[in-house]
Amino acid sequence: METIEKLEQIKSTAVINNTASINSLENEAIYIFREVAAQFEKPVLLFSGGKDSITLVRLAQKAFYPAKIPFPLMHIDTGHNFPETIEFRDRLVKELGLELIIRNVQDSIDQGKVKEESGRYSSRNQLQTTTLLDAIEEFKFDACIGGARRDEEKARAKERIFSVRDDFGQWDEKKQRPELFDMLNGEIELGQNVRVFPISNWTELDVWSYIEKEDIEIPSIYFAHTRATFVRDGMIWTADDEVVFRDDNEEVVDRVVRFRTVGDMSCTAAVLSDAADITSVVREIRASTISERGARIDDKRSEAAMEKRKQQGYF
Amino acid sequence: MEVLKIATAGSVDDGKSTLIGRILYDTKSLTDDKLEAIEKTSKQKGYDYLDFSLATDGLVAEREQGITIDVAHIYFSTATKSYIIADTPGHVEYTRNMVTGASTSQAAIILIDARKGVIEQTNRHFFINNLLRIKEVVVAINKMDLVDYSEEKYNAIKADFEALMSKRDYQNQKITFVPVSALKGDNVVSKSENMPWYTGPSILDRLEALGKQDIFNVGTPRFPVQLVIRPKTDEFHDFRGYAGKVYGGELSVGDDVVVLPSQTKSKIKDIYFYDKKYQTASRRSSVTITLEDDINVSRGDMIVKAGEIPTIDKQFTAQVCWMDTKELTAGAKYIVQHGVNKVLAKVDTIHHKINPDYSGINSDITGLGVNDIASVSFKLNKPIFYDAFKDHRTNGSFILIDTQTNNTVGAGFISQN
Repeated sequence: METIEKLEQIKSTAVINNTASINSLENEAIYIFREVAAQFEKPVLLFSGGKDSITLVRLAQKAFYPAKIPFPLMHIDTGHNFPETIEFRDRLVKELGLELIIRNVQDSIDQGKVKEESGRYSSRNQLQTTTLLDAIEEFKFDACIGGARRDEEKARAKERIFSVRDDFGQWDEKKQRPELFDMLNGEIELGQNVRVFPISNWTELDVWSYIEKEDIEIPSIYFAHTRATFVRDGMIWTADDEVVFRDDNEEVVDRVVRFRTVGDMSCTAAVLSDAADITSVVREIRASTISERGARIDDKRSEAAMEKRKQQGYF
Repeated sequence: MEVLKIATAGSVDDGKSTLIGRILYDTKSLTDDKLEAIEKTSKQKGYDYLDFSLATDGLVAEREQGITIDVAHIYFSTATKSYIIADTPGHVEYTRNMVTGASTSQAAIILIDARKGVIEQTNRHFFINNLLRIKEVVVAINKMDLVDYSEEKYNAIKADFEALMSKRDYQNQKITFVPVSALKGDNVVSKSENMPWYTGPSILDRLEALGKQDIFNVGTPRFPVQLVIRPKTDEFHDFRGYAGKVYGGELSVGDDVVVLPSQTKSKIKDIYFYDKKYQTASRRSSVTITLEDDINVSRGDMIVKAGEIPTIDKQFTAQVCWMDTKELTAGAKYIVQHGVNKVLAKVDTIHHKINPDYSGINSDITGLGVNDIASVSFKLNKPIFYDAFKDHRTNGSFILIDTQTNNTVGAGFISQN
């Protein structure tokens, strides 16, 4: 973890301090990506257009440079995405010359495999699983790379980096393979597949800091913008799309907001923020963590608490 | 900012989860909603204190039984370091989880209940952290509040533990004793006012003071090739790079190297990290190396510096920690995964079982059960390139994979060829 000294490009003795935690997390993620490429025949990177999957794409680029990323991206599209995300997704794929597979939750609904939820809390978030498992079977993917992190919630804290799923896509937390040292055991039987989490050990702040450090482009909805919104259960929802159920008595107001996570529109709440660029966003997240730590617990305005509630309520 | 991974070991009711919860609380790492949940649940249970163990116990089964049954990862940071705690359970039957947690850690915290002192479990926790050659161990003598913060009690437990230390194999392991009360917060993050007789650091102060030299063993550089990168594009038509992670030391452009197993000699031409070239690749950096000569290198090969060749052999003896309910027996075949290299292996001899409580060895055995630790010799179907574990934590360790179930069924630490 000492230093990597720059050669050639910069004549001075510029030094990259590789003891920085973000660099060591980056080195670990690159190692994991290379193990996936070497140990599996048909890997795929699950891409949602959110910051975590965008970070994965950058790490994959780094892992295989100067060769291209040796596997496709796949988006399980709920049909309820923010238009900005889809636009961004298509541009990124084109710029990097990557293959993108799209499978639609709508198709699973049309085929009668899943039933659309209805009512004010309806969401297609749960329905994605069926579409994903069908796609895994259709393409015979043996490794699905995802951007989940162990800091997201307590059960996730026990997930492995290589997490074996059976024929039915099920996770048995009692039968998890021990992971020792750096060694990743990707041996599986036919029909099984492995979920791979290269940024397991990253925190939310690590991801944001990395996006800032690497100057990675992300969809505009992560930055402050004016949006027609309404408030329900103390959370701010987008009001300009029919997929988000709104009662007539829920008042629509223009607010300056941004999104901290980007998922299905029907279950992604906005936060009040004037952070219009990455530096402000990182500063805001760092500060919110601190105020969150220092603040009284009855402070309901804490946006991370809100995000956590969202996770607990929806997953 | 550095990352420090810490393994924790303690018996049931030693207060390990409380200690971790306390660290998170005192470093202001708990989010509001978690804190709220802890306060609420503590009140519901009728406690007059905060039950910090609720901060870490994740899976439903654990919450029901009130114990931790798997390795959980907990994250927090201070101004100087990022910390990852591998929270591992302390039951006898979960030796394998402790070994797993310790394998990726550079420091360990062993908990002792001040009322009980050094017990058989403590021997095991120490044995495993010593076997895994963790450089820094903090022995937290907990629940000092329940023994009236007694210096005599602390000294007696410390003396008992020091008696164990004379039996350890890895003598250079640094050990720091700290009297704490995780529940009350004494000497966890802040210095205790209840124990003026103790002049040493708090647990966190000790961890904060650790530098790189305290937690990493300096060895010889080993570069196991993960992947051969051949872009075959116009721009990089003849590019042939070897992707991998550098272990144990540094590699620099111009270094004379040898590629194993062919033992072909060459020189490092370029070191890439993404689209930039560097003079030196530090340890644990994931780089791509090109060589001056056009030689045949593939995954599983190893690039080492000339004059620093590891042992190249088709057999070795190792201390094995067995992790499967199906016994390991002489003659059985497994896959040995040594770094990124996989070879078929046959158990040649099981020499003896090592009692992980420092009570000696047991030679009268035919097979290894789950959580057994033993000295075992293996024969391989092709040579691998290894160092003894005591000289190289990465290149001296391996895992065993069951050829039928594909499960990881054991971990090994090479002692000799």
